[in-house]
Amino acid sequence: MTDFLTSIRYNDWILPALLVLPVLGAIGISVHGMLAPRRVTADGVAIASPTPKWMALFFFVALFVVSLGLWWTYEPARPLEPWVRLPWIPAWGASFTLGIDGIALMMILLTTFLMPLTVLGSWSGIRSRTHAYYALLLILTTGMLGVFVALDLLLFYVMWEVMLVPMYFIIGMWGGERRIYASLKFFIYTMIGSLLMLVAIIFLWTSAARVTGQASFDYVHIVTSARFGAAAAMWLFGAFFLAFAIKVPMFPFHTWLPDAHVEAPTAGSVILAGIMLKMGTYGFIRFAMPFFPAVAMHPTIKGLILLLAVVGIIYGALVAMVQPDFKKLVAYSSVSHLGFVMLGLFALTLQSVQGALMVMINHGISTGALFFLIGMMYERKHSRMIEDYGGIARVVPMFAALLTLVALSSIGLPGTNGFVGEFLVLIGAFRTEPILTTIATTGVIFAAAYLLWALQRMLFNRLDKPANEHLRDLNPRELLLMAPLVAAIIWLGVHPGPVLRRMEPSARNFIQIVEQRAGAALVQRSGEAP
Amino acid sequence: MVLQLAAESATHPLAGTAAQWMWALPLLPLLGFVINGLLSLAHGWRAGPADPFTEGHTGHEPDEHAIQHAERSGGHGDDSHAIVPHPFAAVTSLVGPLVMILAFGLAAWIFWDMLQAAPAAAPYIQTYYVWMPAGDLQVNAAFQLDQLSIAIVLVVTGVGMLIHLFSVGYMREDPGYPRYFAYLNLFVFFMLVLVLGANYPVMFVGWEGVGLCSYLLIGFWFSEKANADAGKKAFIVNRIGDFGFLIAMFLLFANFGVLDFAALQEAVSGIPAGSVLLTTICLFFFLGCTGKSAQIPLYVWLPDAMAGPTPVSALIHAATMVTAGVYLIARSAFLFALSPVASLTVALIGALTALFAATIGLKQWDIKRVLAYSTVSQLGYMFIGVGVGAYVAGVFHLITHAFLKALLFLGSGAVIYAMHRSYHHTGRHHEDAQDMRNMGGLRRYMPVTWVVMWIGTLAIAGIPFFAGFFSKDEILAGVFARAHDSILAEASFAGIPGSILLYAIFGMGLLAALLTAVYMTRMMLYTFHGPNRTGEGERPHLAEAPFVMVLPLVVLALLSAFGGFLNVPPVFDFLPVSGHLLGDWLDPVVGQPALLITHGAAPHLSHATEYALIGGAVAIAIVGILLAIIVLRPSRLLPKTEAPAERGIQRVLLDKYYVDEGYDRALVDPTVRLSRNVLWRGIDVGIIDGLLVNGSALLARGIGWLGSRLQTGQTGTYAWVLVIGVLAVLGAFTFR
Repeated sequence: MTDFLTSIRYNDWILPALLVLPVLGAIGISVHGMLAPRRVTADGVAIASPTPKWMALFFFVALFVVSLGLWWTYEPARPLEPWVRLPWIPAWGASFTLGIDGIALMMILLTTFLMPLTVLGSWSGIRSRTHAYYALLLILTTGMLGVFVALDLLLFYVMWEVMLVPMYFIIGMWGGERRIYASLKFFIYTMIGSLLMLVAIIFLWTSAARVTGQASFDYVHIVTSARFGAAAAMWLFGAFFLAFAIKVPMFPFHTWLPDAHVEAPTAGSVILAGIMLKMGTYGFIRFAMPFFPAVAMHPTIKGLILLLAVVGIIYGALVAMVQPDFKKLVAYSSVSHLGFVMLGLFALTLQSVQGALMVMINHGISTGALFFLIGMMYERKHSRMIEDYGGIARVVPMFAALLTLVALSSIGLPGTNGFVGEFLVLIGAFRTEPILTTIATTGVIFAAAYLLWALQRMLFNRLDKPANEHLRDLNPRELLLMAPLVAAIIWLGVHPGPVLRRMEPSARNFIQIVEQRAGAALVQRSGEAP
Repeated sequence: MVLQLAAESATHPLAGTAAQWMWALPLLPLLGFVINGLLSLAHGWRAGPADPFTEGHTGHEPDEHAIQHAERSGGHGDDSHAIVPHPFAAVTSLVGPLVMILAFGLAAWIFWDMLQAAPAAAPYIQTYYVWMPAGDLQVNAAFQLDQLSIAIVLVVTGVGMLIHLFSVGYMREDPGYPRYFAYLNLFVFFMLVLVLGANYPVMFVGWEGVGLCSYLLIGFWFSEKANADAGKKAFIVNRIGDFGFLIAMFLLFANFGVLDFAALQEAVSGIPAGSVLLTTICLFFFLGCTGKSAQIPLYVWLPDAMAGPTPVSALIHAATMVTAGVYLIARSAFLFALSPVASLTVALIGALTALFAATIGLKQWDIKRVLAYSTVSQLGYMFIGVGVGAYVAGVFHLITHAFLKALLFLGSGAVIYAMHRSYHHTGRHHEDAQDMRNMGGLRRYMPVTWVVMWIGTLAIAGIPFFAGFFSKDEILAGVFARAHDSILAEASFAGIPGSILLYAIFGMGLLAALLTAVYMTRMMLYTFHGPNRTGEGERPHLAEAPFVMVLPLVVLALLSAFGGFLNVPPVFDFLPVSGHLLGDWLDPVVGQPALLITHGAAPHLSHATEYALIGGAVAIAIVGILLAIIVLRPSRLLPKTEAPAERGIQRVLLDKYYVDEGYDRALVDPTVRLSRNVLWRGIDVGIIDGLLVNGSALLARGIGWLGSRLQTGQTGTYAWVLVIGVLAVLGAFTFR
């Protein structure tokens, strides 16, 4: 496999191709939308064309297949360096600099893995303006992959914004009843953070330019040469922190999430939870922590962030427990899961960082699967309320079995993916933060409580609503959509080694940079003192 | 994989024997799970519409098949259940027990080869791959075979096989039959992973996995809310224990950097007894044990777990899973032996639980609940054993208890089966088939069950020379022997000298033995003796269970009668069969830690003392049985619906000291209320979202409104603002 990929010079073109392919798909769908005759029923209602979803499926499957080559060609030992550099805005020193490490690799594969499934998940639920919908999904994908491959800060920022807009429309146009409120809230929340980040990026750019005399947004250039005082570092870290903490979302910046999740259509929720939340934690790994390690590792700030992470774990679980709306329950459970990621990252041991990366992947798969499943029931019954179900395991056994399995993986049952991530985070974090980690570990109890209680009220107990007697089980398309997710849940739970080994050098590198530079800053500071 | 194996264990005496197939032990039941699970889903699945979105709108016609299906899947929760066996029942009847028979056969073969091979001090370890590689943490997917694990594997597969057979009779007519066997097979898989795991994380996979299966099987008839509640409660309470297990692992890794049993044993060998670290680790592990093995304070889930089918109670909630905590301590003997305080805690909690549960068992009417509290109580006994460092005695009681409690539960299952069938004939499904007040005089209708259950009762009461007699005696003698001249006796626990505590534990053990004899005899009297209290209509339909159910009962009765001869103490060397077989067998695993507790010399009691102890224990058992026979009058009992309500202390016992209610009021309700009213509605919706987020939006809008007021386009307003501004600026400069 590797030989073949080398022979076609795969590594040279794959990263740009990941960004171009979805754009091509979006263009194709738009062209089709313009050319295809508008068909209406006798009553004058527009009939949605089935072509866009097939086209989108084709492009997403192609994208996944193409991206899969990275699994073999990526060399874990390779440092984070540009793979491709194309000119963009030479005057500002901005260019299309693309490159990945093991962490970005897994995030890319997670994205390309989930996207074809989101098309299957939208197959019958999205019935209006399908051309626009699928074109937006494809553009969104370019934005998300762009964030993971960008090694140029301006490009990163542009991609960050690019993914915001399609999601705004997806929630606002195909969402639930309160979609306008939710999409606006989502947009403004994220925008506030990202504008501050833009200011910080420009500051970094000027500071690096002052030091080297060369204006460049290049990641490596800035990370090695930007210099600033302790106070400036504090403000800059604050700006990045806010942008990423909102995205993660960390307690108490999380309240956009329940609204956005609940109102978004199924695919929107899956992408939001599965991929876009990871942008926040990815931002911490790639930018906030390596750029400002002295601030991030300052005992007070580190302690505060760890505390917020642990509060998020417990708080998210407790609030999830009392949600009447299943989607909201999953939204709050995301706050809890992402708390584990933040705990793992800031505890900064190899196990905890590896675990945090695993939780990022696992959360994408398990929470994505939960949203898909509740979306399937929503299409049948048009309700997300837990109390509208009850006892349906009798009539929809396949759905019940899958929901149980996915919920168990979300609970972190050993043998499923969820366990590996949480276990590594906790066992690693315990080495440096025993007290906080012990508190965080109680999260495993609450997680069991909220998900099993919800399962019971949905699937078990007496089937007391006559309408539910006639619920139909999953159809073959829905089973096809769940199959890869289930396979991933089991595979990552039983044999996560290949994934962990691909990320380990990058995780090690991340820790080394943060520790070294934080240490250097400390030495510098103590050296300055008389 | 194969190469790695060969390199690692080629020198071990077990290499090349049947032991090399040990990976197949858990995989066989896993295969059964997959087959039965697919059968179960294949039948229940009715493909949904290609476009489910329209379904809710069109008022989808309830087609006949769907209704039929819904009725068919009703389960026991429905009163009107028509007996419609599952179409794949025949396949399940074959696959479910067959994988167990094969697994038991394999286990027996491995055991045989172990007997033949040269005795090995080190366990035989198979490493398959690195499960979780992360820097200096390398968790292997590895199994470990030694004298302790094979003993438990034999019990799990052997007793498990019998219970699978029994289930064929008990469950065949249930509509969820393949699902039942899928869960049961999956349980055995996880149980074997638990027992065979070569490190704590792999053991934890089994540990949580069996909890999952317990959850699924307790809630097997999920249409009844009480059953689903019980399953959920079991899982969550177990998770509290699992929290302890996790923290213990974290502590081990943070301090020793390894999690394999073999490596840890080496790492801790230099640590002096009584270190705070080891005590903390052991106590966290024991928290895990109190969850899994139903000890105070986490025992509350086990009695509720009786909501599951009765063979499940026999297999999971009596013979195997609940003893996992005892196994964990025996496996971690090298840690516990270094911590007198933790060991004393284990023994003390065990003794308290043994006594406490026995008192509740005195007053239960549900036949399975009597056995459930009896199980909690007997588990307490096992913890006394492993707590005082009599590891062999604890494991011995684990094994004999597995025989006799499986027997008793399956026997009660046969009774319930008979009761249920007879109620089914008369259509009185609302009657309680498990309440002893509705039974009575059943010995006339089911003589075999009657005999085998008496064997189980005499065995658990400790009548010589049944199985329970030997194991219970060994535990009590173990406590007595360590009450002086052991590190436990010299340690002090919360200011109390260890020796006094050990004598108290001994006393509690004796008292619990008395109560055991009483409540077990009570159960037998009310169920099988006196007049029959089922209705006139039901009586002719009461009959012995089918052969496939009776056969396992008889086998288990033989084991309960003679299983004690596995480990006969030296004082009985006049018996035809004697020898400390189990003790000698387990010595390579637990011998060393046990000696640590007793200063390196095997505990010794004079024969006279031992005879006195045994005599006392037997006397207590006989007194208990006679007391029950004399005091209790089965003829005065009334059927459940006519029975008067209990009062006073009886009521308190019947209601289990209101511990469940206390937990609900003190912990569960406040947590839910706090989460809903304070965290969600208060902080999340109220403060963060309402005040801060929407508040700042309001503020922004307010500023915008002010701004828009400024730009009204009326020059008059502009002029006034200008004047005020100029005045303000001038004023500021003037008066500063």
